[in-house]
Amino acid sequence: MNTQVNIAGVTFKNPVMTASGTFGSGMEYGEFVDLNKLGAVVTKGVAGVPWPGNPTPRVAEIYGGMLNAIGLQNPGIDVFIERDLPFLKQYDTGIIVNVCGKTVEDYVEVVERLGDTEVDMLEINVSCPNVKEGAIAFGQKADALFHITSEIKKHAKQPIIMKLSPNVTDITEMAKAAEAAGADALSLINTITGMKIDIHKRTFALANKTGGMSGPAIKPVAVRMVYQTANAVKIPIIGMGGISTAEDAIEFLLAGASAVSVGAANFYNPYATVEIVKGIEDYMTTYGVQDIQEIIGAVR
Amino acid sequence: MQKKKITAAVHSQKEIAPGIFDMWLATDLAKGAKPGQFICLYPKDKSTLLPRPISICEAEAEKGLLRLVYRVAGKGTTEFSAYKQGDEVAVLGNLGNGFPLEKAQGKKVFLMGGGIGIPPMLELAKRMQAEKQIVVGYRDKLTFLKEDLEKYGSVYVATEDGSVGSKGNVMDAITENALKADMIFACGPMPMLRAIKRYAAEAGIPAYISLEEHMACGVGACLGCVVKTKEVDAHSHVNNARICTDGPVFEAGEVEI
Repeated sequence: MNTQVNIAGVTFKNPVMTASGTFGSGMEYGEFVDLNKLGAVVTKGVAGVPWPGNPTPRVAEIYGGMLNAIGLQNPGIDVFIERDLPFLKQYDTGIIVNVCGKTVEDYVEVVERLGDTEVDMLEINVSCPNVKEGAIAFGQKADALFHITSEIKKHAKQPIIMKLSPNVTDITEMAKAAEAAGADALSLINTITGMKIDIHKRTFALANKTGGMSGPAIKPVAVRMVYQTANAVKIPIIGMGGISTAEDAIEFLLAGASAVSVGAANFYNPYATVEIVKGIEDYMTTYGVQDIQEIIGAVR
Repeated sequence: MQKKKITAAVHSQKEIAPGIFDMWLATDLAKGAKPGQFICLYPKDKSTLLPRPISICEAEAEKGLLRLVYRVAGKGTTEFSAYKQGDEVAVLGNLGNGFPLEKAQGKKVFLMGGGIGIPPMLELAKRMQAEKQIVVGYRDKLTFLKEDLEKYGSVYVATEDGSVGSKGNVMDAITENALKADMIFACGPMPMLRAIKRYAAEAGIPAYISLEEHMACGVGACLGCVVKTKEVDAHSHVNNARICTDGPVFEAGEVEI
């Protein structure tokens, strides 16, 4: 059976990746799973300089999921290149670096620093709902998204994935803008902006007031958006949003995603990623699927 | 010992004070467990997905038993409190670094616990070789774990309502009994830890305090449970250490609380 997928010229051994921000740079969950078994590790967002992130509390549970407002705490590109990248390079897995910034120049700086490294692809975070500057400011207006995509594309040596926000009126407009500006692939969905109030303390559950909602509760929204986007653009899509099991992952593949990312599920099942890899193979065996391409976008 | 997610069986459980449960789990995690470390329990109800961090109260390595004493605080702990002998529960452990036990060797120490911060003091008291003054603070006369602690040191009690020991908190108990120490180990609510930090700074002694914060992963990946630190942290280099992985025990002077 063939589980390989090709995204913008890059081949991954299987379609299972990690969702940015839930898996660090692989070190922590590397204690639980064999990273060699994953299609790719998608790293936590990396900026040009260290970012401290938001005050605590940063996470809260909701029915069937969670809210987070970490605020992109990260050590910056220097530490990433010195420490995290050599760690990841020990493994036979794809490396996709999530890039964040406050200005277009910030993003370009990180993209250029990664140009001569052994990183397979760059995922451009224009959809984090938890930081005031940058990120989502570029991801909610089609013209702003077009602009940043085309600027980054000019400087990027690796193929770029634009990570889209679900917090828009029509995600296909954003997808088309990114495609028109030269994006090589899309990933969706980032978290859905939410809020939780602690009725006993009469305050917000998160210090940031709002946070990004993830977990099984958001999966139907994500499947719908992946389906709509797959029908609106020709570039490949990495689908994510509430994937906890192989069955969930297969829904995304059938809806048109060429690969999937596992996020919050890692928190309640550290073995989720490898279990999903195995479960997809089992599904292919059960249904006599020879090549995973047969199921990608099979439901129209 | 490597962190792992396993299934453990409930060995026994009882309510030892209103809303405070005492659960023994049969698991080989007991072997590598250190005082001050914690484990995460996963509720079976899939509407409550995140693991619940609970400190290790006792670890009987030979018998393969871990003791947890926890307070019912929400849906997850309500579910756990209904577990009976033989019920199974998914557990992630052992997490965090625990208390630096070896630093106490031959010293005169305070082991201070407030409320649901008392349980980790038990395994600590059991293993520590020092002159132990165990100072514990409760709301009222329901002084859970007091008898267990008395086996390992001199116990001084404070209660908010004054029904047992000194009226007030653990600091009041120290003052009232004119106690002194070379070193502090503590776990409890944030106002208590802040008071201990001030006291330790004035006395010029180290204080190892165990912190808590809302967590999602428990293993250092999500960056949800950070605390501000004086020096740059090893992971993100931004003066925000991860309580689950870099802690949960920190020297009080290292953290901004």
